[in-house]
Amino acid sequence: MSIRILAVDDSSTIRGLVSRALKQAGFEVYLACDGVEGVGTLPDADPHLIITDINMPKMDGFGLIESVRASAEYRSVPILVLTTESGTELKARARKCGATGWIVKPFEDDRLIAVIDKVLGR
Amino acid sequence: MSDMDEFLEMFFAECDELLEGVATGLRQMDSSEYEKETVHAVFRAVHSVKGGAAAFGLSDLVSFAHKFETVLDLVRSDALDPDPRLMAVLHRSSDCLADLVEAARKSIDPDHARREELLGELEKLIGVKDENENDDDVEFEPISIDLMSFDAPEVPESYRIFFEPNADLYRSGNDPVAIIRALDKLGETDITIDTARVPVLSEWDDSTPVLGWTVLLRTTASTAAIEDVFEFVEDCCKLEITALVAEQGDEGDGTAQTSSEDFPTVDVTAQQVQETTDDQAETVSTKAAFSPLAPTSANAGSEGRAVKSSETSSSATIRVSLDRVDKLMNMIGELVIKEAMLSQVIQTAGFAEDPEVKGGLESLRQLAGDIQESVMAIRAQPLKQVFQRMHRILREAAEATGKQVRLVTSGEQTEVDKTMIERLIDPLTHMIRNSVDHGLEDAITRKRNGKPQEGTVTLSAAHKSGRVQIEVSDNGCGINRARVRQIAEEKGLIAPGATLSPAEIDSLLFLPGFSSKSEVSALSGRGVGLDVVRREIMALGGRVMISSSEGKGTTFTITLPLTLAVLEGMLIQLNNQTMVLPITAVQETLRPEQSSLHGIGRSGRTLSNRDELIPIIDLGCIFGFREKPSASDEGVLIVVETDGHKRAAFQVDAIFDQRQVVIKSLEENYGRVPGVSAATILGDGKIALIIDPEEIVLSSHSDQGPEQMALTANG
Repeated sequence: MSIRILAVDDSSTIRGLVSRALKQAGFEVYLACDGVEGVGTLPDADPHLIITDINMPKMDGFGLIESVRASAEYRSVPILVLTTESGTELKARARKCGATGWIVKPFEDDRLIAVIDKVLGR
Repeated sequence: MSDMDEFLEMFFAECDELLEGVATGLRQMDSSEYEKETVHAVFRAVHSVKGGAAAFGLSDLVSFAHKFETVLDLVRSDALDPDPRLMAVLHRSSDCLADLVEAARKSIDPDHARREELLGELEKLIGVKDENENDDDVEFEPISIDLMSFDAPEVPESYRIFFEPNADLYRSGNDPVAIIRALDKLGETDITIDTARVPVLSEWDDSTPVLGWTVLLRTTASTAAIEDVFEFVEDCCKLEITALVAEQGDEGDGTAQTSSEDFPTVDVTAQQVQETTDDQAETVSTKAAFSPLAPTSANAGSEGRAVKSSETSSSATIRVSLDRVDKLMNMIGELVIKEAMLSQVIQTAGFAEDPEVKGGLESLRQLAGDIQESVMAIRAQPLKQVFQRMHRILREAAEATGKQVRLVTSGEQTEVDKTMIERLIDPLTHMIRNSVDHGLEDAITRKRNGKPQEGTVTLSAAHKSGRVQIEVSDNGCGINRARVRQIAEEKGLIAPGATLSPAEIDSLLFLPGFSSKSEVSALSGRGVGLDVVRREIMALGGRVMISSSEGKGTTFTITLPLTLAVLEGMLIQLNNQTMVLPITAVQETLRPEQSSLHGIGRSGRTLSNRDELIPIIDLGCIFGFREKPSASDEGVLIVVETDGHKRAAFQVDAIFDQRQVVIKSLEENYGRVPGVSAATILGDGKIALIIDPEEIVLSSHSDQGPEQMALTANG
């Protein structure tokens, strides 16, 4: 069974890069371009892991994390925050919302996959 | 193209949209009544540029976007007030960001001085507020961490790791099993689970985690690699990592000892750990005070909706190389020609009146037309992207001239062919600069004349009777006709004292060699006159007109065809040759009647039409089919009108059809042919030249006689 990952980012470039890296590593990839769409894609993707950007229109990454954690079905799905900021304040806020971990952009494909493997215990 | 290049191209395409968003947002912020969301959107756009740029290691872009974004962040948190001075810096930063993107796209060196200057201004705005954040935030060098390659000791060492998660670990989607597995990957493990705090069932409180683990790890990995396993959970668990002194052959014993001293232990397998934690995660999250999502979204298992949402994220638009669309457009051109050929063959064969053949042909024609329109729609793009750029052009022009100018745009959504969009940038840039430089007065003069100090340049677009009309107008001083006349006389463009209507004087501006104040203006001068604008617009099959009212302003009107690929043409006959006259120029056609024909001078002939005497031009002479004009009452007269409202009557042998023709450029193969704009292929496979009425009328008006441009290429 392939592992399904939902990646949420408003930048099509980042979506493309993430998607390429994930597909190369053999994951099944679902994409959404903001928090609202991310939440909407959950039933279809039924993800094992979510990767999300923070700064997004409509619903930002914090909102997405809170929504996922508030849902009955997906609340224990690991969520990695993909962000250009590495400030401790942001990490603290992400953690408070329920983020599992974080990856600072720009990421290297290997690093991204290593973090995913770690969080999923692969 | 490598994989990465493709993403880079995608990034630049995305940047275009983002930068457009930034520019639009900033303009909205110029007025005091803007919504907070506007600042957020601008911030996000700059942030996205930064994020993407970082992925490709475009450090100039990243560091600039970072400062820009920081200032925007201060604005959105109300720490900075977007007063006109700040807005000016933001606008310039937006321009600079666009330049940096462009430089990166072309792999050229950006304007470092400008970048540095703006960085300085942005830093001033940021002031002390960002000082301590800076170092922390700008970590854009990609960090490569290979978990297995930390300075690994040769000989395996043993560690005892005690790990006790608290509720936050479970709540944040972290999984103790994953962590223990990650440790297991580092080497040999011996895992003991601590069940000491598991209460009796009656006292069970499922919001408090009760499990802890002790892992004995024998590994060649470094302490850093072990700590990295706990990267995301160090703030939500009790963690102790102790390096053990290697005890040859006896390690298991010692640890078991330690464990049993601290708490009762049970040996478990990874499978058991999995089961236990699953239970615990379940109970913890059940009890946790989270309200479930609304049932609709939580249980939205309805396939249709779900599929749709994932589709919109990936396939709402696709980017297609223009070459492919052009190829399609060319093939459709061929299809139109083949269809015409087919119908001609059918006609010749005498089947044209057969109802089935007729119906079939008709629907084929319809279909070809529909396909053509659809492809044109693919190529059509809103003028918005051109108009957006003009804001910057105007700003720079205003800065260079020291005038206060505002640009008002309307009809940005008007769509024109993609090729035209690109080729409109230069002429429009020139016209905007021209308006600011020559059209508008300086603030003092304006004030003296009772006008608002700030001048206005208006850029508008609309679809008008199958063509696109773009207007550039200013509310400046209008054209100084006496001065224009003087210059034209000095430069020998017109005879001294020639009788010219105001419209004709205005049109002098478009003459090559007329560059009114190029000597004093570095901005719109540059030795390039409006004649270049006119030539470029004409190359697009368009026309430019100018109108001006003294003291009130000047308006340039550009009309363009919707496409460069096809043209509605009138098929005419000249000495057994078929030629095509663009229908847009045609006003009326008539059979000459002796009463309306008048001779002027030795060879001049005119037609009295709509209370005006207009010259008759025999196209047969123009294109060298005959030496002397045919008698005035022979053939057909086609009254044409040009941009400058100049009219003429073209004398031709016959008119026999009106149809869409596919434009084939001649210039690639033959160079520029006077009086001819392009060629087309007719239904019978023959080539017909497309006449450029504008050029013919203009040259017949100028001193150069029409005879001089006799065409020989057509043989």
